[in-house]
Amino acid sequence: MKSAILQTATRYLLPILLLFSFFLLLRGHYYPGGGFVGGLVASIAFVLHSFANGTENTMKILRYKPLSLIPIGLAVSAVSVTFPLLLGFPPMTGLWFEEPIPVIGMIGSALFFDLGVYLVVIGVVLTILFTIALND
Amino acid sequence: MIDNHILAPIFVQLFTAIIQLMFWRKTLTQRYLSVGGSLVGLMVAFRLFGRVKESGILTLNAANWDAPFGIVFVADLLSVTLVLLTSIACFAVSIFSSVGLSRQRMLYGYFPIFHFLIMGLHGAFLTGDIFNLYVYFEVIIISSFVLMTLGGRKAQLEGAVKYMAMNILASMFFLTGIGILYGITGSLNMADLSIRIQEVQNKALIGITSCFFIIGFGIKSAVFPLYYWLPSSYHTPPSAVAATFGGLLTKVGIYAMLRVFSLIFVPDEFTRTLLMVIAVLTILTGAFGALIKTNIRRLFSYLIVCHIGFMVGGIAMFSKIALMGAVFYLIHDIMVKTNMFLIAGLIRQLGGTMDMGKLGGLYRDYPKISLLIAIVLFSLVGIPPLSGFWPKIFLFQEAFAQHQYFYVAALIIGSFVTLYVIAKMWSEVFWKNPPTEEEIDNRFAPMPPYKKILMVLPIALLALVTLYIGLNAEAIVKVADTISTQLIDPSAYIDAVLGNKTD
Amino acid sequence: MELLLVLILGLLYAAGVYLILRRSMVKLLLGIILWGNGANILIFVLGKITKGSPPVIDGAYKVFQDVYADPIPQALILTAIVISFGLTSFAIVLLKRVYALVDSDDLDDLNTPEEEDI
Repeated sequence: MKSAILQTATRYLLPILLLFSFFLLLRGHYYPGGGFVGGLVASIAFVLHSFANGTENTMKILRYKPLSLIPIGLAVSAVSVTFPLLLGFPPMTGLWFEEPIPVIGMIGSALFFDLGVYLVVIGVVLTILFTIALND
Repeated sequence: MIDNHILAPIFVQLFTAIIQLMFWRKTLTQRYLSVGGSLVGLMVAFRLFGRVKESGILTLNAANWDAPFGIVFVADLLSVTLVLLTSIACFAVSIFSSVGLSRQRMLYGYFPIFHFLIMGLHGAFLTGDIFNLYVYFEVIIISSFVLMTLGGRKAQLEGAVKYMAMNILASMFFLTGIGILYGITGSLNMADLSIRIQEVQNKALIGITSCFFIIGFGIKSAVFPLYYWLPSSYHTPPSAVAATFGGLLTKVGIYAMLRVFSLIFVPDEFTRTLLMVIAVLTILTGAFGALIKTNIRRLFSYLIVCHIGFMVGGIAMFSKIALMGAVFYLIHDIMVKTNMFLIAGLIRQLGGTMDMGKLGGLYRDYPKISLLIAIVLFSLVGIPPLSGFWPKIFLFQEAFAQHQYFYVAALIIGSFVTLYVIAKMWSEVFWKNPPTEEEIDNRFAPMPPYKKILMVLPIALLALVTLYIGLNAEAIVKVADTISTQLIDPSAYIDAVLGNKTD
Repeated sequence: MELLLVLILGLLYAAGVYLILRRSMVKLLLGIILWGNGANILIFVLGKITKGSPPVIDGAYKVFQDVYADPIPQALILTAIVISFGLTSFAIVLLKRVYALVDSDDLDDLNTPEEEDI
């Protein structure tokens, strides 16, 4: 599908959607949002790009295979889950830095868990979509 | 008692899988990592088993939330026994698959998915929260879908569709049941549910809810009217995968039944009768199905169904001795069934086919391997003093005490049919002279010696465990005795989970 | 509101069962999806719906000041949605592969005799 309107719109929408997905990721701990939703929005941004410009071009701007995001995301999540064990707490206990950090806000192990989920969701969704799209 | 390390078996499998994903397409590294990770997992499971046996039930409150509110993980003797057996089976299968699997399948990520599957099994055994049990069931079935379809040809993918449809259906029943259960009681913690469900006035509603769980777990464990997906899909994937499925996946359904029906829905007269009817019919249909099959793996698939019935019967009688029999049979069955499918894979390598008519003369060519296989087959049949014999004593004893003569008859028929089909298989595959007109495609002989050893070693390892279970039955009976005491009287479990509130 | 949701979930279950009983693979998939959504609404309804008071504490307080919605059903539904998302996308890929191999949408055609394979 070639459409000049969609292609032009996507050029601006892709960064905005990615920024929005990051916003959802960061506000997820106390408000609606989080890693899963953020990851879905980010992958939808790339899906939109592949609608407008073709799947090959989307794969080109991604450079790396989306599959390689899955182990990274899983590792980030798994480490943030097991890290409290080293301090003598049960796994998954929320650990927080004392002081909030500008822009991002409070940083804790839950944020890293969400970050891992975010990466895994992008990896899984894009892998599945590319598999379906390229098999035709 | 709170112990923050009971999740170690889960984390070992999780990290093994993640590290393997980082070595995507490097199959040699993945093989080393898989065997190494399984070995570490086995040691961790042994340690956990020892600790629970010594100091009683251990719990863990995930994220430091107190018991009925957060997710709780509980390691009682039943859980850790199954975790230990799963780890042993995982170790054996991972050695076997490092030589018994085509490289193409490994490239598609067989090993990481296999370890995710084992992680799901460990999680299902250790969790004390019913929704978490559902989540681990989903981890198991998603991994098993991938394993089922991996690098698949036509027959394998067709089997996978049936497998997928039935298992998703089972999950939906399970989820619906959980939803209603939460609506009735307002809790998801199994120990808490056990207390709250007794305060509910509307017993009929609870009976209906328990039917959702019977159907959900019934599909997973392949009992009578719901079993047909199993024989039509288990013979399609590679033998290493079929070993994991046949040995472990149906047994998760039995574990879930044991847990849910001992803690939450203590069986009343109706449930017992229902389970007993299901058990008898499962044994009979499984046995009759096994009679007519000539393909080894199809035969074993029907034997799985048949022997699931033995355990469901034990749950149906729901007394201390019956549960002892069911638990002992579960322990025996996991080891033997895993081994049976590995043996099917080995026979396929030796004789080039799994059709009994086209095989023959294996005893003449490989007497040592045949004797090793004979041990496993005898254990399966239940020749005294081997492992299949002991649990049946308890089941018979209790069935006579409760006047369940249909079950007694089914047990006898099931055992004799098992004996008959195994004897038939033995004479066809091992004693009969090979059919002369057909070329035998022996893939075992040209293998380098280390590969031959790696192929036989896991079978020998599992056979050794089976021998231990049979010859040292006293130790297993003691374990089964403690487990069934805990199942009949769950107050120890409830105290261990909810008692922490006051500390 | 509750009555409406109950009717919808009954409809979803019924439609799901009907579609699952058909012979087409695609209808099987659609049936499973509808049934999954029905189960989610069931959990939502059973969690006692409370209008307009989400379980989010205002920044100024430490504890809840009045009646609030039960957050657990929402957590359960969210988990169930994530899981069914994974299952559905896998099922679509699988059914597409099977369709390409078998060249039929009919579940009764899935009976190729076993190929020997280890």
